[in-house]
Amino acid sequence: MIRVEGLTKDYGSRRAINALTFEAQQGEVLGFLGPNGAGKTTTMRILTGYMPASSGRATVAGYDVMEESLEVRRRVGYLPETVPLYTDMTVFDYLKFMANLRHLPDAEARIDETLELVGMADRAGGYIGKLSKGMRQRVGLAQALLHRPEVLILDEPTIGLDPGQVVEVRNLIRDVGRERTVLLSTHILSEAQQICDRVLIINKGEIVAEDTPSNLQMGLEGATRLLVRINGDTAALLEKLGELEGVQTAKPGAEKGEIELNLATREEIRPEIARAVVSGGFDLLELRPIGMSLEDIFLQLTRDNSAGGKSKE
Amino acid sequence: MRNIWTIASREYKHYFISPIAYVVAFLFLATVGIIFALTILNANDSALYYPSAPDASSVTGPMAFLLLLTSPALTMRLLADEQRMGTMELLLTAPLRDWELVLGKWLGAFLFIATLAGVSLIFPLILDILIDPGIDKGVLFVGYLGVLLVAAAMLGLGVGISAMFSNQVAAFFVSLVIFVIMWWLIGVPASLLPNGGEVFRYLDMASHFYESMIIGVINLADIVYYLSLTALGLFTGTIAVEIRRWR
Ligand SMILES: Nc1ncnc2c1ncn2[C@@H]1O[C@H](COP(=O)(O)OP(=O)(O)OP(=O)(O)O)[C@@H](O)[C@H]1O
Ligand SMILES: [Mg+2]
Repeated sequence: MIRVEGLTKDYGSRRAINALTFEAQQGEVLGFLGPNGAGKTTTMRILTGYMPASSGRATVAGYDVMEESLEVRRRVGYLPETVPLYTDMTVFDYLKFMANLRHLPDAEARIDETLELVGMADRAGGYIGKLSKGMRQRVGLAQALLHRPEVLILDEPTIGLDPGQVVEVRNLIRDVGRERTVLLSTHILSEAQQICDRVLIINKGEIVAEDTPSNLQMGLEGATRLLVRINGDTAALLEKLGELEGVQTAKPGAEKGEIELNLATREEIRPEIARAVVSGGFDLLELRPIGMSLEDIFLQLTRDNSAGGKSKE
Repeated sequence: MRNIWTIASREYKHYFISPIAYVVAFLFLATVGIIFALTILNANDSALYYPSAPDASSVTGPMAFLLLLTSPALTMRLLADEQRMGTMELLLTAPLRDWELVLGKWLGAFLFIATLAGVSLIFPLILDILIDPGIDKGVLFVGYLGVLLVAAAMLGLGVGISAMFSNQVAAFFVSLVIFVIMWWLIGVPASLLPNGGEVFRYLDMASHFYESMIIGVINLADIVYYLSLTALGLFTGTIAVEIRRWR
């Protein structure tokens, strides 16, 4: 549904995205994660036919975004980062205008339906200029959903929404994503975790990781961590566990009685650890692997990449 | 065609909620009305049945000139404001060709001016009643055709200029300066140069109206001139929108 190959965009001499390659299938919600200036908006603008790429190829819904831009635009719903609204129009008139541009039959029924979907049915006659930020965001979303597009591209869709709406909009996106293709960008890692089937982490215009949220979380580098919980004081046990083969570091955990182990191996050494605890005279209450949080992974990936990249500044 | 109409009708409706458009409409109709009234009063003083009784040119003449001042105010926001508000991203990712967008914007403005011109028909109608045996309908028709052609050209150029700016005030002044040059100044070299001045005379925007159409003379060259300017403006606008995409 979305296929991107070697996509590159230069703004003058500044390279915003560099040889991006990825795919998104029908029925998939793909999350685009990255720090400010990573190139998320730039990529989305190319995919929606707003601007041409400098090199590379991209097809959306089977059409080339540069050669067959109009065909692509017919099939894509796009919510830009700065929600494009005419503040001097009513919600209904604005959506009617968009429906006309998209040649929708039965436009009025569609508009009512879509407003219902985004929870704005009671504000159809209100002027957009008088709406709150979150409401405007929802009108923008309605505009993107109006023609039930095959591909939905959303640039930070939940920004400015209240917690209740965030949940609703996320559910909506997940529902839409069951049959269609959704590409959304976000800074909120837990959001990506909740609604995305797959996540692309992008930094300085390059993809630094691509996986399901749970795989990402289960340890990207292969190095795993274990949590050991005992009944009693951990100080005496720390040193002993730290000396075990395969354990890199042992440090006190967040709570009393907890120890966090960083493993240097991917092999199963939990039995050895359990024996060491018990033979030391401690009561073992819990022993389980802990993944890195997506936050940790994100920070690590985006940091590593800048350290490993060309020298800057 | 449908897309052009969608864009045009939004613009046309927008003029009726825009203070600037009301100022323009007021200036336009009030000025034309005042000049018209003065003409009639003067004519009354001398002789209504004199061979050179007032005709429609006392309305179309001032109208063509007023376009010079009012059309930049009507076109300045058309594309510049879309850029400023960020709605350009909406339009450029909608299934709409760039030239349809530009042409639609122009059509909206043109229909507004055409509406004003339509309202101003009341003055020649009054004249027609006052004068026996009525005014020359040929002069009336060709004069209004001329006004619409001048409007088409100015609005076309104005839309083109608006596409190059994201600040409507800048678009207004650039349009105004260009119109002033084309209306008054560009013809000057024609009288100064010993030869080769013909080009400048041809480019003069005022003479194509004030030397022919206002007195009821139709020249193909004049019509071609105004339509070419219109096309040039719309083409420039389309190119400017396309260049936008590359930045
Ligand atoms: N119109 C533009 N002209 C020049 N440079 C631009 C333009 N738009 C973006 N850039 C640059 O391209 C890079 C990527 O920007 P982009 O907006 O795609 O990032 P982003 O991932 O969407 O960031 P954010 O999370 O802040 O929205 C940045 O370095 C930015 O400065
Ligand atoms: Mg962005």
